[in-house]
Amino acid sequence: MKSDALAIQAEGLGKAYRIGRGLRATTLAEKLVRAVRHPLGGTAGEPFWALQDATFDIPRGQAVGIIGRNGAGKSTLLKLLSRITTPTTGWADLRGRVGSLIEVGTGFHPELTGRENIFLNGAILGMRRREVAQRFDEIVAFAGIEPFIDTPVKRYSSGMYMRLAFAVAAHLDAEILVVDEVLAVGDQEFQRKCLGKMGEVAGAGRTVLFVSHALHAVSTLTTRTLVLERGRIAFDGPTTDGLAFYRALQAEGAGSPYAYASPPGRTGTHVRSARLKTSVSEGVHRHGDPFAIEVEIDVADRVPKLCFSVHVTDESERSVNHFWIYGDGPAFRNAVGRFVVRFDVPRYRLMMGHYTITIWLNDRSTHQTFDLLRHICPFEVTMDGLVRPDYDWNPEHMAYLEDYSWIVSGA
Amino acid sequence: MSDEPVVRIGAGRGSPIRAVRELWRYRDLFEALGTRDLRLRYRQTFLGVAWVVLQPLAAAGIFAFVFGSIAHVPTDGQPYLLFALAALAGWNFFSSVLTRASTSLIQNPQLVSRVYFPRLILPLAVVPAALVDLLVTFAVFVAIALLQGHAFDARLLGAPVAVVLLAALALGAGFAAAALAVRYRDVQYLIPVGIQLALYASPVAYASSAVPARWQALYYANPLAAPLELLRWSLLGTPAPGWPALWYSAGFAAANLILGAAVFRGIERSFADEI
Repeated sequence: MKSDALAIQAEGLGKAYRIGRGLRATTLAEKLVRAVRHPLGGTAGEPFWALQDATFDIPRGQAVGIIGRNGAGKSTLLKLLSRITTPTTGWADLRGRVGSLIEVGTGFHPELTGRENIFLNGAILGMRRREVAQRFDEIVAFAGIEPFIDTPVKRYSSGMYMRLAFAVAAHLDAEILVVDEVLAVGDQEFQRKCLGKMGEVAGAGRTVLFVSHALHAVSTLTTRTLVLERGRIAFDGPTTDGLAFYRALQAEGAGSPYAYASPPGRTGTHVRSARLKTSVSEGVHRHGDPFAIEVEIDVADRVPKLCFSVHVTDESERSVNHFWIYGDGPAFRNAVGRFVVRFDVPRYRLMMGHYTITIWLNDRSTHQTFDLLRHICPFEVTMDGLVRPDYDWNPEHMAYLEDYSWIVSGA
Repeated sequence: MSDEPVVRIGAGRGSPIRAVRELWRYRDLFEALGTRDLRLRYRQTFLGVAWVVLQPLAAAGIFAFVFGSIAHVPTDGQPYLLFALAALAGWNFFSSVLTRASTSLIQNPQLVSRVYFPRLILPLAVVPAALVDLLVTFAVFVAIALLQGHAFDARLLGAPVAVVLLAALALGAGFAAAALAVRYRDVQYLIPVGIQLALYASPVAYASSAVPARWQALYYANPLAAPLELLRWSLLGTPAPGWPALWYSAGFAAANLILGAAVFRGIERSFADEI
């Protein structure tokens, strides 16, 4: 293929991280002490290859999905292509402006108004001021926030905030669009709108790279898919085959598809494994039965403000429940080693439907995120045997069903 | 459309010319970040503006009391308050650019780890807000000076030169400090200490003419000395710094900018991985 017709040409792209904290001095004082003690330099530490030998061509106008399990190298690939970080090996040529939507709303400032944030965020995403001005009305209309455009965004509801953030990003006029999971925002209607917009972008002849766990979105938006596995491209071909390949990969080896295990070789503070105790079978829970979430955490360095939480998320990406351990109590804040955290819910009354969990492990004082695992441990909730007279159960009616009693008095 | 730019990402660092061109392409981001800081500062309306006016006045007042009234430091014949305020305006500009530039990366980790843009924009974008603060201080200075019957003349044209020199000195050091602060967390605590020390090594609270003649050459090795004296000369007509000192300071500032940017670019590639 003539290279002019290519939007992206990557050759042997690889990214290695040095793993193990404490290998590198984190303060100047420490650096000086080390320089005195070991004038010839110390050990460099083992490299961990987050991505290795990625070679591919993407023609202009193609929409390509990138899927893979947690830790397979998807976000590393996106970060390389959007130039947030630089490769350790290999190279890639990008023809045309790259717009990357790794996370929407980057740089939004709560004290600034919607209008001011649109211009600020547009500039951060690489838009020229006049481009933002030209598309301003479109952006506001898409977000549906006209009456609040001169209100500081700290007064916005989280839905409005996300809509505005996505609206700015969606109007980014780039030849190559790199998108990571941004559809995971807002209510179902807004998600449909976002999907529509993405389809429009892909249809308009722009090159789109789309990383997602939402397989249905990948299948509607893309024709070609790269499947990453342990830092390598394991599959490159038509999306339908790619999805089948990925499903097979999920089912095989690496334990149960209903549990999570960190990639082999992972060190540092991280979530080592996660699994659910569901009542019917693995991945199936009956409404109202006891339920538990069990997570293993490795703490490599003492983190006095280590925060840990789990969201249970429904199919429309709403967080239905949030379980957390903040505060000074937990042992993992004061020691290093392996800890098992278990949340027990005596009677878990989720509405029927499909759910996944999101785990978040973070240092409150430095805001360093050690792990953010989305869409792991999928499970289904059934309401078999639970009968309601007059009306059938409908998942749209509620997210969570609480136990209650009622009394009718009078007459 | 083969006229589209081809961007190559690779393990190399890329040419400085490309880097400058890239900075220019992102000039609107510079403007947007600069405006953001200004808005945030001056939107807290009363307090924001009052702080900008009162802080240098209070500092000058304290200097006037300690050095002027108690220690009777020589001021080349000027009223002490104006004498101190003239140099403090420049000093505060220098120190605020340097301080804020040095934390500009670690204060914006989400920007650095989630979006691409030339990272130098972050330390550069602290300048507009600091410049506006400087103008406010100048306005206060002019008001007081006029009340006291002081007349300004063409020497005022020296002030912008002094400001440019101070900006270059602050930015060069700020670039390097910003980059190093990503890797070494204690850098952000060292900067204020250094600035505090430099204040006493610079002609702010006293005139450089107060330094004994045999130490003058050594004194002017401090590249801040010449622009600060230049500023005071242009605002108050105190003795001007010599040409050699000015040229030395200008050369230092240029080298400092280039070196600072080089240090920044050397570490820049790993910002997103380390922040």
